[in-house]
Amino acid sequence: MAETDAGPVPAAAPPAAGGESRWRRIAREGLWDNNVVFTQMLALCPLLAVTSTATNGLGLGLATLFVMVASAAVISALRGLITDPVRIPVLILLIATLVTLVDMFMEAYLNRLYQALGLFIPLIVTNCAILGRAEVFASRHPPAEATFDGLMMGLGFTGALVVLGGIRELLGSGTLFEQAGLMLGDTFAFLEVTVIPDYSGFLLTILPPGGFIALGGLMAGKRLLDRRREARQA
Amino acid sequence: MSELVAGPHTRAPVSLPALMRQVLLAAVPATAFGVWLYGWPALYLLVITLASALAGEAVSLRAAGRPVRSGLGDGSALVAGWILAMSLPPWAPWWIGAIGGLLATVLGKGVFGGTGQNPFNPAMAARVALLVAFPAAMTRWVAPAPLGTEQAPGLLASLRITFLGGADWDAVTSATTLDATRTAITQGQSIQAALPEAYDPALAVLGYAAGSLAEGSALLLAAGGVYLIHRRVIPWETPLVLLATLAVLATGFHALDPQRYHDAGVHLLAGSTVLAAFFIATDPTTSPATAAGRAVFAAGCAATIWIVRTYGGYPEATAFAVLLMNACTPLIDRWIRPRVYGRTRRGTPLPTGEENP
Repeated sequence: MAETDAGPVPAAAPPAAGGESRWRRIAREGLWDNNVVFTQMLALCPLLAVTSTATNGLGLGLATLFVMVASAAVISALRGLITDPVRIPVLILLIATLVTLVDMFMEAYLNRLYQALGLFIPLIVTNCAILGRAEVFASRHPPAEATFDGLMMGLGFTGALVVLGGIRELLGSGTLFEQAGLMLGDTFAFLEVTVIPDYSGFLLTILPPGGFIALGGLMAGKRLLDRRREARQA
Repeated sequence: MSELVAGPHTRAPVSLPALMRQVLLAAVPATAFGVWLYGWPALYLLVITLASALAGEAVSLRAAGRPVRSGLGDGSALVAGWILAMSLPPWAPWWIGAIGGLLATVLGKGVFGGTGQNPFNPAMAARVALLVAFPAAMTRWVAPAPLGTEQAPGLLASLRITFLGGADWDAVTSATTLDATRTAITQGQSIQAALPEAYDPALAVLGYAAGSLAEGSALLLAAGGVYLIHRRVIPWETPLVLLATLAVLATGFHALDPQRYHDAGVHLLAGSTVLAAFFIATDPTTSPATAAGRAVFAAGCAATIWIVRTYGGYPEATAFAVLLMNACTPLIDRWIRPRVYGRTRRGTPLPTGEENP
């Protein structure tokens, strides 16, 4: 069971990878080929809701990343004990416990960010990307691989959040990572950049429709890159 | 003896470019009046919007791998840009026109697959996107300053207004009729208190008032619209039903409480009702396929316009109304279908008049 490959999208994992190691493939899948947002198109609700600034995107991304890594490790370690009929409630219970920990931690130590993200922290429980990875990967692979997969998937998700938040913030208010110092702690203050001073702002990109339009543009861009790469290889 | 000939047997010598030329021709008088009324900045804005719409269409066609020259030649991008410009504040800065033209052709049409594939009217989609993104610049109206009068800025001063934002806004801004009465209502006054100052029926028919570039002149717009109906470029049901529904709604409620509700004259003449009725709601791509469907569509537009103008947060609503009804168009087309040739509306074959066909 441990050695079976269980990617949810078989087409995204070309079998002709040759000498590519298992780890490399997990990394490539999580970060690009099978990216949570751009390929699996999961977790779009929190993605669209919080990415009005890059800082919010980074905050939710890191919180989700932690839950993904920890849930993958725990679920993979317990995979021999969880029987098939009860697996969904058990997985949800494990994920919910981790999310509650994150929720309390953020309320205590990152209160500004906690208030900005609001409901979307507890809602990480319902993030289908996390349950999806737990179901198709963590419960079928040994802990080391599962944890690494959680890390890579989480990084791919965080990357998507930051890129989308960055584009929307840049076009909408001309800044990048505004209030990063306040929200994430002083160590992150260096991220704050005012790219366009005295910018009147293209409000649309910060509003909900702008989120959909920017996400659509990014997805089209990724497909274009993938198609170019395929054409080069062929 | 008769010869067998394959159908279609009757062909109308019309093409998409010819239709679009007719629409542009019909829009010229009202636009020319707008340029005369608001001066050279309006002309600059029109040119910028058209250029930007053409550029956006060219980029979209290229990205879709279609022939650029014939795609631009069909005139649909020109019409979208033109109608967008007609609905913009005449002294808007150049980037409003530039961004608007791109939004109309790339976001309004290109991403959906180009001409004939767009679910929403491109010009109105762009106008609403601009209004949401730049509320200040999109709601700053100038009082009429006709060319040849003292208030009209010269050619160079107009360049400064359009490209450098050099207008002396305090001296030239003016509220539209709908703006003024909306403000009165939010301040708890009656419409009648604000109306005499902001609205003169005779001038409103001509379009001599603050407003969008070419939405004002009811007379010239209606003349263009009637010409289009006469040439069968647009159907007659849409404008007639839209204007009639709005008039009936307005008259009914005005009779109930004249202090709170506008009469039909204000609803039809102030704002962009006539422009929407003849030039925007009649877009063949985004309105229903049957005459009955178009009547439902137009009545829905009119009801939305009336509701938003009366109770909504925005003083003017034609763009929102058209977009909302565009979204309903597939539903209307599903509900009211065209009759299939040779069959009844229910889909059973028509009787042939022969015992054994």
